[in-house]
Amino acid sequence: MKHEVFEKNSLILLVGILIAVSIGGLAQIAPLFWIDSTIEKVKGMRPYTPLEQVGRDIYVREGCYGCHSQMIRTLRDEVERYGHYSLAAESMYDHPFQWGSKRTGPDLARVGGKYSDQWQADHLVAPRALVPESIMPGYPWLATTRIDAPSTVERLKTLRLVGVPYSDEMIVNAERDLVAQIDPESRSARDLLQRYPKAKVVRLDNSSTPHPTELEALVAYLQILGQMVDFATFDAAGPNLR
Amino acid sequence: MKPTTAEREALGDALAALSAALVAVLGLYITFATREPAMALHGALLAVAAIIGGGAVFSFMNPTEDRPERADYVDGPIKVATIAAIIWGIAGFLVGDIIAWQLAFPALNFDLPWFSFGRLRPLHTSAVIFAFGGNVLLATSLFVVQRTCHARLAGRWSPWFVVWGYQLFIAIAGTGYLLGITQGKEYAEPEWYADLLLTVVWVTYLLVFLGTLARRKEPHIYVANWFFLAFIVTVALLHLVNNASIPVSITSTKSYIVYAGVQDAMTQWWYGHNAVGFFLTAGFLGIMYYFIPKRVERPVYSYRLSIVHFWTLIFLYIWAGPHHLHYTALPDWAQTLGMTFSIILWMPSWGGMINGLMTLAGAWDKLRTDPVVRLLVVSVAFYGMSTFEGPLMSIKAVNSLSHYTDWTIGHVHSGALGWVAMVSFGAIYCLVPWLWNRKGLYSLKLVEWHFWISTIGILLYITAMWVSGITQGLMWRSYDKLGFLQYSFIETVEAMKPYYVIRAIGGLLLVIGGLVMAYNIWRTIRGDEAVDLADQPRVAAAPGLRLQPAE
Repeated sequence: MKHEVFEKNSLILLVGILIAVSIGGLAQIAPLFWIDSTIEKVKGMRPYTPLEQVGRDIYVREGCYGCHSQMIRTLRDEVERYGHYSLAAESMYDHPFQWGSKRTGPDLARVGGKYSDQWQADHLVAPRALVPESIMPGYPWLATTRIDAPSTVERLKTLRLVGVPYSDEMIVNAERDLVAQIDPESRSARDLLQRYPKAKVVRLDNSSTPHPTELEALVAYLQILGQMVDFATFDAAGPNLR
Repeated sequence: MKPTTAEREALGDALAALSAALVAVLGLYITFATREPAMALHGALLAVAAIIGGGAVFSFMNPTEDRPERADYVDGPIKVATIAAIIWGIAGFLVGDIIAWQLAFPALNFDLPWFSFGRLRPLHTSAVIFAFGGNVLLATSLFVVQRTCHARLAGRWSPWFVVWGYQLFIAIAGTGYLLGITQGKEYAEPEWYADLLLTVVWVTYLLVFLGTLARRKEPHIYVANWFFLAFIVTVALLHLVNNASIPVSITSTKSYIVYAGVQDAMTQWWYGHNAVGFFLTAGFLGIMYYFIPKRVERPVYSYRLSIVHFWTLIFLYIWAGPHHLHYTALPDWAQTLGMTFSIILWMPSWGGMINGLMTLAGAWDKLRTDPVVRLLVVSVAFYGMSTFEGPLMSIKAVNSLSHYTDWTIGHVHSGALGWVAMVSFGAIYCLVPWLWNRKGLYSLKLVEWHFWISTIGILLYITAMWVSGITQGLMWRSYDKLGFLQYSFIETVEAMKPYYVIRAIGGLLLVIGGLVMAYNIWRTIRGDEAVDLADQPRVAAAPGLRLQPAE
């Protein structure tokens, strides 16, 4: 076939282009949806609590992914610095993924539990008060902005539509759970922990109960990062080859 | 019975006016129905734009006059895109330089939400890639397709809608970033409603381009148009797949991407790398294949190489995405595929570079005498350099060092500034006298200044990022003699400071260069007497004003 065919017919050229550019994408993306070993079988993964999810949305809104990765690579120094390398399962409920591509600041995949709630809050408001050499911007407005509870419920419902397994019970109790997560030792906090194991009930010095702020949401999100999967039962050599 | 020209135009006018009215109603509905102030602002923006657009249709429509088919080209929308490219370019460089200074001096974030690095960074990347680069591509592709097909653009209102609709998309996306509206996917930050607007604009762009190709009086489609067509249609495909999302409600700015985790990562970098491959490469290669031969008055070096270059480039590029995800939770088979194809991609890239550079065969002296040629050719040299560096960095062992560091940032900028921006500057300097019917540029001397200021800026930028990136990568993995990690993370941040200052100075030079260009272009458009017309080549002038070469 002479190349003239493409040069003289714009629609044949168009079809040729579409075929040429479709093959690679189909070969690389489509199998990820049906090869079972793509996402490891692990114990402990659950949807984010309402407060964690709101915190995650704030993380996305402020563009944190521009400077922080959430993906510990399978390299010795990274595993020693940050902990167990990240699994695909750990971001299975992340819409969108926030693996990032740049570490101007450290990786955050396992930052949960590394610092106290108060440290995280203070650091977010004024990073250089705690780490003088830091180049991170301050986020003081998070402490004064309250979360809109009704829109949180809408968000969880939308996430259920895209595949996050929120139960009816989780949706019905979402507004209650939102407040419970800044109210330690309350009965509703105990219910929250039943629904969402390992959730961190945030306790800040000047807590805003019963109206959680964006700061508390973001701290709740940071504190769960890397905490869900039970690595005691994870077998890297087992059915999880990738 | 075939409708007359007047009837067809009247129908087009009516449809354009009706669409504008419907969009205005939609914009007003969103403005008053939403609970979010940011959405109200964007609804109002949409409504105002539609009302102005509808008003323009009404005042320029001419339903009764039966005009003969016009023979001249449609240059109005191209002029708008050219000027927009210059304005957005300077804005994008400026925001980039601001965030560069913020990294060196964090107090410059001023604790303000809309001025913090995280929100300004997507504003910078989108402004330079989509606003600056996109407008250059709109201007050049619509210019080239008419000249190489000897045909007027298809559609009467459509080309205008493409250009102004694209500016509206930029305004909505850009103001959204400052207000914290983002999907959180790199280079695909605009939220669902901005994505929808872009889809409509882009499909219209594709139809205008195809419609113009269909009207061509030349039997062959010129090579530049293959690249432009591949760019337009592939970007449409990438945009639609990567941005699949469900909005929280029709009046909410927030949506959730349908993909999660590893599948989202793969889809995102399939998109992200091909935003580079098709937006920033294929489209700009279209510019190379038209403007270099035109400016140096030589045919393209090898026709056969063009064919091989085109098909191999578009087939291979699409596979390269996974090299952004080496050693991550993406399955190994995908990583290896991504690396393999990225390395193979080196060949067509250099094939294209050779085709561009060798077009100067027999005219190398123009590099010395014409700074516009120098901009175009040095851009191709930078293209060669960054398409060598890219495959190198896609090798897993190299990537383990370079990834997550400033080396990547330097690599992107050697491509984006060295290749994309320089070839754009060259094309703009060619286009403006041709479009506005001038004998030449206001000042070739100022082009010379622009070339050197930009080149020095780019060199400062990329060398600073090489040093900082490799330094930080090595510090992260260095061990002391007892076998512990030698540096805390914050020590590696501190070490970056001098390089961040050098980088910011390099970026400042790009801003200054952009201002020099804007001044020169402004004086040219205004019609001021050129200061050094005798030094300019004959092709600098608009086609009708060129002196014939001596017999």
